Amino acid sequence: MNPVNYLYLAALLFTIGAAGVLIRRNAIVVFMCVELMLNACNLAFVTFSRMHGNLDGQIIAFFTMVVAAAEVVVGLAIIMTIFRSRHSASVDDASLLKL
Amino acid sequence: MENLIGLLVVAPLLGAALLLCGGRRLDKSGHWIGTLLAAASFVIGVVLFADMLGRDGEQRALHTTVFSWVPVGGFQADVGFQLDQLSMTFVLLITGVGTLIHLYSVGYMEHDEKKRRFFGYLNLFLAAMLLLVVADNYLLLYVGWEGVGLASYLLIGFWQHKPSAATAAKKAFIVNRVGDVGLSIAIMLMFTTFGTFAFGPVLESAGDAGEGKLTAVALLLLLAACGKSAQVPLQSWLGDAMEGPTPVSALIHAATMVTAGVYLITRSGSIFNGAPDAQLAVVTVGAVTLLFGAIVGCAKDDIKKALAGSTMSQIGYMILAAGLGPIGYVFAIMHLVTHGFFKAGLFLGAGSVMHGMNDEVDMRRYGGLRKYMPVTFVTFGLGYLAIIGFPGLSGFFSKDKIIEAAFAKGGTEGWILGGAALLGAAITAYYMTRVMIMTFFGEKRWQPDAEGNAPHPHESPRTMTIPMVVLAFGSVFAGGLFSVNDAFLKWLEPVTGHSHGNSPVSALTVTAATVVVLVVGVALAWFQYGRRPVPATAPRGSLLTRAARRDLLQDDFNHVVLVRGGEHLTRSLVYVDHSLVDGVVNGTAASVGGLSGRIAKLQNGYARSYAVSMFGGAAVLIVATLLMRAV
Repeated sequence: MNPVNYLYLAALLFTIGAAGVLIRRNAIVVFMCVELMLNACNLAFVTFSRMHGNLDGQIIAFFTMVVAAAEVVVGLAIIMTIFRSRHSASVDDASLLKL
Repeated sequence: MENLIGLLVVAPLLGAALLLCGGRRLDKSGHWIGTLLAAASFVIGVVLFADMLGRDGEQRALHTTVFSWVPVGGFQADVGFQLDQLSMTFVLLITGVGTLIHLYSVGYMEHDEKKRRFFGYLNLFLAAMLLLVVADNYLLLYVGWEGVGLASYLLIGFWQHKPSAATAAKKAFIVNRVGDVGLSIAIMLMFTTFGTFAFGPVLESAGDAGEGKLTAVALLLLLAACGKSAQVPLQSWLGDAMEGPTPVSALIHAATMVTAGVYLITRSGSIFNGAPDAQLAVVTVGAVTLLFGAIVGCAKDDIKKALAGSTMSQIGYMILAAGLGPIGYVFAIMHLVTHGFFKAGLFLGAGSVMHGMNDEVDMRRYGGLRKYMPVTFVTFGLGYLAIIGFPGLSGFFSKDKIIEAAFAKGGTEGWILGGAALLGAAITAYYMTRVMIMTFFGEKRWQPDAEGNAPHPHESPRTMTIPMVVLAFGSVFAGGLFSVNDAFLKWLEPVTGHSHGNSPVSALTVTAATVVVLVVGVALAWFQYGRRPVPATAPRGSLLTRAARRDLLQDDFNHVVLVRGGEHLTRSLVYVDHSLVDGVVNGTAASVGGLSGRIAKLQNGYARSYAVSMFGGAAVLIVATLLMRAV
C-alpha cells in the first residue's frame, strides 16, 4: 500500500484532535484529543521513517510515547485536583489566571 | 630672604587660626594677639623692603617656589611667591594700614562681645590679601582673591543680628561672584592660550597671542576688577557694605581690598597693552564710575555711604589711569597708596565721630563737632584736604598726575577722559566739603533718641586717635615724598614700564585747572551748606538728587533687569519643563500603559484561546516556511 495514505490518516487524526482541543470543554476529552494529536504525529514519524528508510522517526516515536506517558500522569493529576476543588471538569471554568 | 615672603602670609593666617579656633580662653587677649601678628607681618614687610632697597632696580624682584601644588601631566600649578616693587608697595600698604586699623579696632570694638572673632576675621583678611599680592601665578592670586571676598563677606555681616547687615553681606558676596566668574574664565583662557598661568611666562609671551584672545582675557579681567573694586556695572554692593563695622569699611572697603582690581589690571599690564579695545573699555568704566560715585556721594546723608561713594569714585580714577596703559600704571598705584592713607583716615574719623555720637550716621544730626572732637576734626580735616587735592597734600600730587595722564592719552578720547577727571575733581571737592561742613561746622543738630538718650560727643580713646594721626601724616606727606625726584615713578618703572605720552595741554595748565575746579567745588558747597543752616530733615531735592540718594537707581535697575528678568526666565523654563518635557515623558508612559492594557486583554484565562494562538502561530510558521522554500 502507498505509504502516503498513512500520512493522510495522520493528518486526519491530527485535525480531529486539534478540533477537539479547541471545541470541547470537558478536560478529560480535551486531554484525550491531545493524546490523539500526539499519536497522529507518531504515525507520521513512523511513516516517514519507512519512506526514507532510516530509523530516526521510529526512535522519536518511542520518545514521544515516553513523554506522553509522563504527561498523562501529570495531566490527570492536575485534572483530578481541579475537579476536587471546583466540582467540575470544564476547562472554561478554570479561567482564573488572567488580568 | 625669599623664605620671609611666605612668613608674611603665614603670620596673620596663624592669627586667624588661633583666634577662630582658640575658643573663649582667648577672649581677653585675642585682640592683642591679632594686632601683634598684623604688626609682625608689617615688620617682615619692612625688613623685605629694606633688603629690596639694597639692590638695583632690575634685581629687586624676589621669586621663590614653595611647593608643587597640582602636578598633573601638562598642568602644573605651583605655590610660589613673587615680590617685586609692585607687590612690595601693596605689602607695605596692606600691613601698615592693616596694623593701624587693628590698633584702632581695639578701641572701637572694645565693648563688642564677639571681639575675638572680629580680629580673627581681620587677620584672615590680611592673610588673603597678602597672598593675593605676593602670588606668582594667577591661580594662587585667585585663591587670595576668593579669600578676601570671604573675609569681606564675614566682616560686612559681622553684626548679623541686623537683617540689613546680613543682606548686605550676601549682596556683596553675590555681586563679587559675578566678577570672580570672569576671573576664573580668564585664567582658563590663559591656560589654553599660554599653557601656563604663572605671571612670568604669561606676561612675557602676551604679545605672541592674537589680539582677539588678549582682548577676551583682558575684558574678563576687567569684569573681575569691576566686581572686586565696585566699578560700574558691578558697583551696587559697596554702599550696602557700609553695614559692617567702620574699621572694616576703612581697611577692606576703602584702603585695600577694593583696590585689588587696580592691582589685577596693573599686574596684567602687558595683556592690556596688547588689547586696545579692552583698554578703551577700562577707561570707560573708570570714567563712568568716577562720576557715578561722586554724584552718589553728593546726595548721601549717611556719612559712611557718602564716603563709600567717594571710594567708588577714587577707584574710578585708578581704573581710568590703569586703562591708559604705560602712561598711567604708575599713577594708578600712586593714587592707590595715597588714597589708602587718606580714605582709611577719613573712615576712621567717621568711625570716631560715630563712636562719640551713639552710632548715629546721619550727618544731618551732627554739626559743630569740631569743638568736641579736636583730634578727629584735625585728622579728618587733613584727610579731607588730601582727597580734594589741596595743593601740597597727597591727593593733589596723585590725582593731578592722573588728570594729566588722561589728557596725554591724546585725541578726542584724551579730552573726554581728562574732562571727566576734572569734573570728577570738582564734584569731589563739593561732596567732601559738604561732609566736612555738615559734620564739624555749623550749629549742633543732634537730639535725644527715642529713649531720651542724648549723645554726649567726646573724643575717642588713644588706641583710636593714634592710628588716625599716623594716617593723617600719610595723607599730608605721602604724595609729596613720592613726587620728590619722581621717586615713586623710578621705583615702579622696572615692573610696570612708563611712557610720557604727548599731552595737548601743559602740566602747569592741568594743575591750574585742577586748583580752579577745586575752588569752584568748595565754594559751591560752602554757599549751599556753610552759609545757611543745614535742615535736620533732608529736603525733597531735585530729580537728580533723589536718584542719587537711591544710588542712581542701580538697585532698581538690577531689580527690574536682573531679578525680574531672572524670575521671568525661570517661570518660562518651568512652564516649558511642565508642558514639554513632562508632556513627552508622561505621554510616552500613558501610551505604553494603554497599549499594555489592551495587550493584557488577550490573556483571558481560557485554555482554548491560547491553543488557538498556538495553532495560528504554528500555521503561520508553516506557511512562511513553505513560501520561503518556494522562493
